[in-house]
Amino acid sequence: MSNAAPSIIDPTAAPAPSRGRAPTPGRRPSTRVYWLYLLPGGIALTVVIIVPFAMNLWYSLHKWKGGLAPMRWIGFDNYVDLMSDDAFWRSFQNSLWMIVAMVIVPTLIGIVLAAVLFDVVGKNIGTRTASFLRAVYYLPQILPIAVAGIVWNWIFNAETGALNEILRSLGVTDPPNWLGVPGLALPAVMIVLVWIQIGYPTVIFMSALQRVDPELYEAAEIDGAGWYRRFRAITIPQIRPETFVITLTCTIAALKVFAPIYVLTRGGPEGSTLVPSYYTFLNFFDKSKIGYGAAVATVLTFVIIVVAVVIQSLQARAERREEEGR
Amino acid sequence: MTTATTGATGAAARPDTPRVVGRTRDRHHRGAWRWVILALCIVFAIGMIAPFLLMVMNAFKSPASYSSGGPLQLPTELYTEGLVKFWNATNFPVKLWNSIWTSALAALFGVLLSLLTAFAIGVGRIRGRMWIVLVFLLANMLPQEVLLYPLYTMAQQVGLNNSGWAIVIIFAVIQCAFGTYLLASVLGTFPKALLEAAALDGATTWRILWQVVYPIVRPTLSVLLIFFFIWTWNEFFIPLVMLTTPDSQTVPIALASLQGDRMLDVPTLNAGALLSLLPTLVFFLIFQRTLTRGVTAGAVK
Repeated sequence: MSNAAPSIIDPTAAPAPSRGRAPTPGRRPSTRVYWLYLLPGGIALTVVIIVPFAMNLWYSLHKWKGGLAPMRWIGFDNYVDLMSDDAFWRSFQNSLWMIVAMVIVPTLIGIVLAAVLFDVVGKNIGTRTASFLRAVYYLPQILPIAVAGIVWNWIFNAETGALNEILRSLGVTDPPNWLGVPGLALPAVMIVLVWIQIGYPTVIFMSALQRVDPELYEAAEIDGAGWYRRFRAITIPQIRPETFVITLTCTIAALKVFAPIYVLTRGGPEGSTLVPSYYTFLNFFDKSKIGYGAAVATVLTFVIIVVAVVIQSLQARAERREEEGR
Repeated sequence: MTTATTGATGAAARPDTPRVVGRTRDRHHRGAWRWVILALCIVFAIGMIAPFLLMVMNAFKSPASYSSGGPLQLPTELYTEGLVKFWNATNFPVKLWNSIWTSALAALFGVLLSLLTAFAIGVGRIRGRMWIVLVFLLANMLPQEVLLYPLYTMAQQVGLNNSGWAIVIIFAVIQCAFGTYLLASVLGTFPKALLEAAALDGATTWRILWQVVYPIVRPTLSVLLIFFFIWTWNEFFIPLVMLTTPDSQTVPIALASLQGDRMLDVPTLNAGALLSLLPTLVFFLIFQRTLTRGVTAGAVK
């Protein structure tokens, strides 16, 4: 399939038919000169990402209060402590809820919205209306998350919040403190995240649908397949590459999520919305446990890489199966 | 959903003549249904922008009329005190300028670095490029927390703590990790004939880059530039830690730092949020088409 997503590992591999050919030294100047072009990016990456990453690993093997305080080597003790740290486990458990709110729900809603906008609104009413609606759905995506968080924080506020003001005017005497009660804070945060995320899969799926050959649908329609069957049998398999890309990028984003938590709940109440990145932040700047925070960040990195590799290999397998099936 | 019933009748019918019948029935059904679907889409759209609507409605209301009339009542007066209060409390022009120059420079350097690196990988096809791309990709996946404390101490050592330049450098590189990955795959498909023709003419790699490659990938570069700008503008975590004094902070940080303020009343908060999102909103409206095309380019090349 020419339109499949390129393998994430080597994007240059997929479209190069000449790859098998040995480099022809006579026709092109030596590739050695190209290393010069790698230099600026390579140095920048080393200084800003690779070295700090290594330093973080180094910190995580120490007990350190930060700044000028002495660093004490403690080996893997931080990691051992993590294993029996309830807050650490809770933060990763909440990551699963973040995945529900940032990957699963928005992707499902996005597929339906994209299909409806493309199939019904786009074809029967006008592509202008469809792209206008798409832009509206996409709007929360371009907001600074801090701004979105502040507005939602006010909406959910117990005393002056819009939601409770509305509830009170409807006669609810004692509306809940949405972000202040352990059982409600997590669902409230999840609603905000769903709201932020919806636009992304919608936009991507809509363009994916444009790619699908309309003849497939016409053939299916002639064969008498209804909307739902066409959706299941044609749309879903055809947009699989996009689904994988969305799953991958959004899952990583969900594992990394920080700003919404910071502006909405600061991990509270009682740690009910604590996520790994916020827990790292707490250890760094609140508890002055640099080594411990660094260990949390390292574990998070490890989890992200494992998840990315798993999703990638699932995609590779799905593509292989599809090729064998044809 | 809408045409399921017509589909079923179509399936039962014979293939020749009834197809026409099926079609007309289909259209008939759509005629009735499409407005219902459109209405549902619009209701959903209103739901999506409800927070914005609430924000706009309550940004121009006095605190007194908010507490008496509630959030849904239309403002009866044009109360601009909130706007003024926020503008003065945060010294907004300074924040705005900080956001603009750091985002613009980070985006520019990010694109430039991406182009150079991707040129080496995609056009130069240097040895071990697969591993190099892998490193850039991994860099792209790292959570910022893992870089935060070392970057914080490094910035202190070189005197860039609390400086916008730290933001420029850090985000130019972080964006470049993504840009390299994307551009390398674009340049990997670059027409060989063009490159070979240029090489036969004796063009240096530098000239190939700027006179052959650059003009062709310019649309992609501009999409990247816009994205990098918005992404840097919206960044929260690293600027929050790095920029400690009000005169160096960016717009999102300024708004968030006001949040804990007890003095902050509802109109001021909403006016602040409105003012903070206006630049991005304007940017979005100007580049809407490029952006939606860009999202797609980034997802599936």
